[in-house]
Amino acid sequence: MSYQQPDSRGHFGQFGGRYVAETLMPALLELEESYNKCQADPSFHADFDHYLNNYVGRPSPLYFAHRLSEHLGGAKIYLKREDLNHTGAHKVNNTVGQILLARRMGKRKVIAETGAGQHGVATATVAALFGLECDIFMGTEDIRRQALNVFRMKLLGARVHEVTSGTATLKDAMNEAMRYWVTHVRDTFYVIGTVAGPHPYPQMVRDFQSIIGREAKEQMLAMEGRLPDVAVACIGGGSNAMGLFYPFIDDSSVRLVGVEAAGLGVNTDKHAASISAGRVGVLHGNKSYLLQDEDGQIQHAHSISAGLDYPGVGPEHALLNDLGRAEYVSVTDDEALAAFRMLTEMEGIIPALESAHAIAHLFKLAPELSPEQVILVCLSGRGDKDIHTVAEAMGVEL
Amino acid sequence: MSNITNTLKSLKDRGEKALITFITAGDPDLATSEQIVHTLVESGVDLIELGFPFSDPMADGPIIQLASERALASGTTLRGVLDMVARVRQHSNVPIVLMGYYNPIFCYGPEQFAHDAATAGVDGLLLVDLPPEEAEELHPFLKDAAIDLITLLAPTTGKERSARLAAEGEGFLYYVSMTGVTGSQQVDAEAIAIAVNELKEQSPVPVAVGFGVSTPEDAKAVARIADAVVVGSALVKLIAEFSSSSSLLDEVRSFVRQLKAAI
Repeated sequence: MSYQQPDSRGHFGQFGGRYVAETLMPALLELEESYNKCQADPSFHADFDHYLNNYVGRPSPLYFAHRLSEHLGGAKIYLKREDLNHTGAHKVNNTVGQILLARRMGKRKVIAETGAGQHGVATATVAALFGLECDIFMGTEDIRRQALNVFRMKLLGARVHEVTSGTATLKDAMNEAMRYWVTHVRDTFYVIGTVAGPHPYPQMVRDFQSIIGREAKEQMLAMEGRLPDVAVACIGGGSNAMGLFYPFIDDSSVRLVGVEAAGLGVNTDKHAASISAGRVGVLHGNKSYLLQDEDGQIQHAHSISAGLDYPGVGPEHALLNDLGRAEYVSVTDDEALAAFRMLTEMEGIIPALESAHAIAHLFKLAPELSPEQVILVCLSGRGDKDIHTVAEAMGVEL
Repeated sequence: MSNITNTLKSLKDRGEKALITFITAGDPDLATSEQIVHTLVESGVDLIELGFPFSDPMADGPIIQLASERALASGTTLRGVLDMVARVRQHSNVPIVLMGYYNPIFCYGPEQFAHDAATAGVDGLLLVDLPPEEAEELHPFLKDAAIDLITLLAPTTGKERSARLAAEGEGFLYYVSMTGVTGSQQVDAEAIAIAVNELKEQSPVPVAVGFGVSTPEDAKAVARIADAVVVGSALVKLIAEFSSSSSLLDEVRSFVRQLKAAI
């Protein structure tokens, strides 16, 4: 590959890095060293592949959405079905990788932050699989809108810590997980769920998630005999998008499009579009685009989808944006809801509200392309967890 | 030698230990913080750590998190904190270290900040989420402005790293007494002694110990080991408790005198 990021200290251009308290620095250096060792160790990759294939259920299908393609009247639309993974989303790819690493490092306790609850469920699941102690941090607001996932985590044996500080959403859950980690750093592995946080997390999570793009590329070549013209994914922190994009970065003919959550609109103060409407800053251990006021205080993010409700974005996306290698657009709550219903009615696939943002962008994108062209979309998760949110938005009482 | 090192060294020469106190600027508001700073100095505090608030204080326990929230709610900005330092400077030469998180400074602009902070009379800066590895976009400007960038060391910091960071220390070294967030546990004097004695040998500057020092007894135990004792959360808690009471400054004075007497 000609694209080589990050540098040895975890910088993606001006972004990324390792902005953490000294107490955590040695743990991050140890993690980096262990990760590099595992990367070079074929037995680690064999373990990882084994669990992805036999436990997660990979490879996930690449599905030609013919009715949706026909309806939108443009390019052929292919869906990478991460919703069919065990636990219902792409998140589990990364938790399998990190927990295998935790085991090799001799850590018996894992912690994680979660927004929509998908990463929390995926972490609790793999912790159960290996008999590890598991603590999950989740904001009060997300606990309310994702009650089903909270119960799943508890069934899986995890303790769910309610985070009431700040805005009581994903960013505060991450603050609290960091605080817990500072206190228990000697025996605890922090499983970060997205391509953010201090180095080596953005790189490590990208590497584990890039199974999405590698498989999709191979499947696309087999089915269409060519690469896609455009690859599209939704972006909160950006892990499914980074996983989809990464294997295509050197393929300059493939347009990469990340879809941020515009909430009530990027011109309002209720959205989560960090790249489209944020400024460079430092939060949660890395430098990237953030939603912040003129004094550098982090602002509330808003999205109907809990998983995108984050005021920052992974540093590699910030770099890809600045390099012009990927484009970042945004989709409102209403557009995502419309896409949620369309995919459900037209393909019999109920998408996660996060993934519905990527689908919604197709309304604009697909008609602009010709029928010979191909769009690859990451359907990052299934929508069972969002049924209550969607019912509420539709004014239906369940 | 900087105002910070000078002050701490002259105490050391007299065989005394330094008392460093932390408050969050703007909690409950900047005018009250200014009065508190004067009270601290009158009561015998040797160095003031002035927290500037951040929306996401990842390394702080609930007491300082809430203080940070109150300070933001009262409209406190980094510029406002610098203006307050400038006002304090008209009456006092006490060393002042600003403490907080990097983003407000990055957002202010590292070069502009160094200039404005020096003009206001800031002596040092302590950033909990800016390890030396990431400090290069700020550190040269601080050096030009003669502002010390205080280094934090933790119980988890390994020997080699510790020695390297200690040797490069400016102002004073801040040894974090336990693995945790601010204000969480009791101090373990024995464990601290081993680490601090080593740092003292490696460092050209005095060594302060903080995080979890909350009572005069804790302060006494730590002062036997370190050159300086930092008390933060316990004072911030007291300020929260009495912030709307007319006895606030008396309470602060009495607590600080007990601390000072203990060390």
